[in-house]
Amino acid sequence: MAAALLAVDRLSVSFRTRSGVVKALEEVSFAVGRGEMVGLVGESGSGKSVSAYAVMGIQDPAARITGGTMHYSGVDLTAASERDLQDLRGCEMSMIFQSPRTALNPIRTIGRQIADVLLRHSGATTRTARDKAVEALAQVRITDPARRYGAYPFELSGGMCQRVMIAMALACDPQLLILDEPTTGLDVTTQAAIMDLVQELCRARNMGALLITHDLHMAADYCDRLVVMHAGHVVESAAVATLLSNPRHPYTAGLIAATPAPDRGLEAITSIPGSLPDLRGTLPPCRYRQRCTRALPACDLPGLAMTELDTGHLVKCRNPL
Amino acid sequence: MATRSRLGLVARRLAGAIPSIIGVVVVTFVLTRALPGDPAAYFAGAAADAESIEAVRHQLGLDRSLPEQFVGYVVALAQGDLGTSVSSGRPVTIELAERLPASIELTGLGLLFALMVAIPLGVLAATRPNSWVDHLCRVVVTAGVSLPTFFSGLFLVYVFYYLLGWAPSPLGRLDFIYLPPPQVTGFYTVDALLAGDTETFFAALRQLVLPALTLGLFALAPIARMTRGSMIQVLSGDFVRTARAMGLRRRTVLITYALRNALLPVITTLGMVFSFLLGSNVLVEKVFSWPGVGSWAIEGLIASDYAAVQGFVLTMAMLFIAVNLAIDVLYTLIDPRLGMDG
Repeated sequence: MAAALLAVDRLSVSFRTRSGVVKALEEVSFAVGRGEMVGLVGESGSGKSVSAYAVMGIQDPAARITGGTMHYSGVDLTAASERDLQDLRGCEMSMIFQSPRTALNPIRTIGRQIADVLLRHSGATTRTARDKAVEALAQVRITDPARRYGAYPFELSGGMCQRVMIAMALACDPQLLILDEPTTGLDVTTQAAIMDLVQELCRARNMGALLITHDLHMAADYCDRLVVMHAGHVVESAAVATLLSNPRHPYTAGLIAATPAPDRGLEAITSIPGSLPDLRGTLPPCRYRQRCTRALPACDLPGLAMTELDTGHLVKCRNPL
Repeated sequence: MATRSRLGLVARRLAGAIPSIIGVVVVTFVLTRALPGDPAAYFAGAAADAESIEAVRHQLGLDRSLPEQFVGYVVALAQGDLGTSVSSGRPVTIELAERLPASIELTGLGLLFALMVAIPLGVLAATRPNSWVDHLCRVVVTAGVSLPTFFSGLFLVYVFYYLLGWAPSPLGRLDFIYLPPPQVTGFYTVDALLAGDTETFFAALRQLVLPALTLGLFALAPIARMTRGSMIQVLSGDFVRTARAMGLRRRTVLITYALRNALLPVITTLGMVFSFLLGSNVLVEKVFSWPGVGSWAIEGLIASDYAAVQGFVLTMAMLFIAVNLAIDVLYTLIDPRLGMDG
């Protein structure tokens, strides 16, 4: 991997809530290179989306970045002004969301919504924006794009709306694409079609992509590297094949054992005991401690850090598998 | 294709108003006949004997059976005849033509003022929750709801006319030194402008400001509250997040994406607010000696002048139907989703 397109380094994010400060992310590090698709996996609430929103600079107003840095092509995102971030968003780095039907403006035609992005970033005029938007729709293989330009989101299927989202996100040729559970709410065939389309477009443009998902299978099918998150920590990261065949963190092993596979019966699927810890107040150095079957007394000692066990295989555990 | 189905939808909405109109005609007739007191006895005067009361009754057509009276009423209505006001002896249509523009001018300006304040206030309060704008919004909403219009009207007169002397005397549509502009629309401000008479225009506007503010303060509260609530909901919506993730400017996100969606429920409340305003008009007109339909209807009611009351109720109901119809049509045009399940 050459110089990373996106480098997140020891990022910490807290939410101020009525019932205390929630440490949603602590020292989260990962990188995405050009032409690479990185999967960010973990159960709901592990901080995957919070990380992505922080990168895009669209986090909730209650969120505070309390430490760490984020660099996009050398630009320091944590230090950039909102105006500069706005110029980057949708133009240099783009994002696709889950439930595409609600992610589009219900009372604006899909064509106008794509044209809005083009007008904002690409210097298109009102006249050329229309043609470019139709072109963008054609690129995501929407049939009869000129007619679809005037369609409203409610007139399209979920899969079609997700194609529109992709067209919108890619309209200004971004270098980095973040996909936040892009296939949630779509049926299985549509999921595959959407992911194939994304993969193809990313490869053709040599883009970097960050795929957020809790579906380990999908991540395994499309990603080059995986980053596993648990309770606001990155617990393990490695190339897909390594991680799946040789998981070192007990949580990753648990995730794999909890994933259904064609050659595995339902009785062979195990669940991970316990649930995510409460992220308020003081937390142990290892947030998996309470759920872990391999915990040692040493696990409660401070100073737990990511260790490189093999080249490119990082684990945050005192007693790795 | 979409345009035609939408036109069809608008046509259906228009057709849907016809039963309401028929209902209003029947109800106004029955209600005004159910008013307490005997108009014949009232207009015959205190010194009248049974015979002269009978004569008046016959003259008013009140000796006929109710169905007969109703047929006569509908036939007259179809010819644009609302009867004669027994207290003034003038045709009700002429009285309405004189007074309705005064009320509409006042209500319209009040509503315009309310919209111009309430919508930005609601938007600002929604984008900055718990800031001073949000608190201001809360105070204004509470005050607008809890202060009766006659009180806020008198209060404004006391401060701006009596104490500060900025406002003209609260006596009608124009100060007596001005002549009303030649009647075209009946709105003094518009007519004055049409006649090129800016001096009269400003004089009419000055008279309008305080009563319009009074009405506006009252109308402001529900609109501001609705805008704020609806805006907060829309701003946390998925498509606003998408718009932000695409780097659209804050203005575009707030206005084109959020506000347009947030205004849909606000438009619905406007219909209700308008009907509130028609009701509170009566009090404001009394406080400011405004020669509108509200004060006229009250006088008609006290005098058992059923033709006037009937004309008033009928006009207001028609106006209300028209406004709601306009809101319905507007809603249909703004929200494309309605075309499908209408």
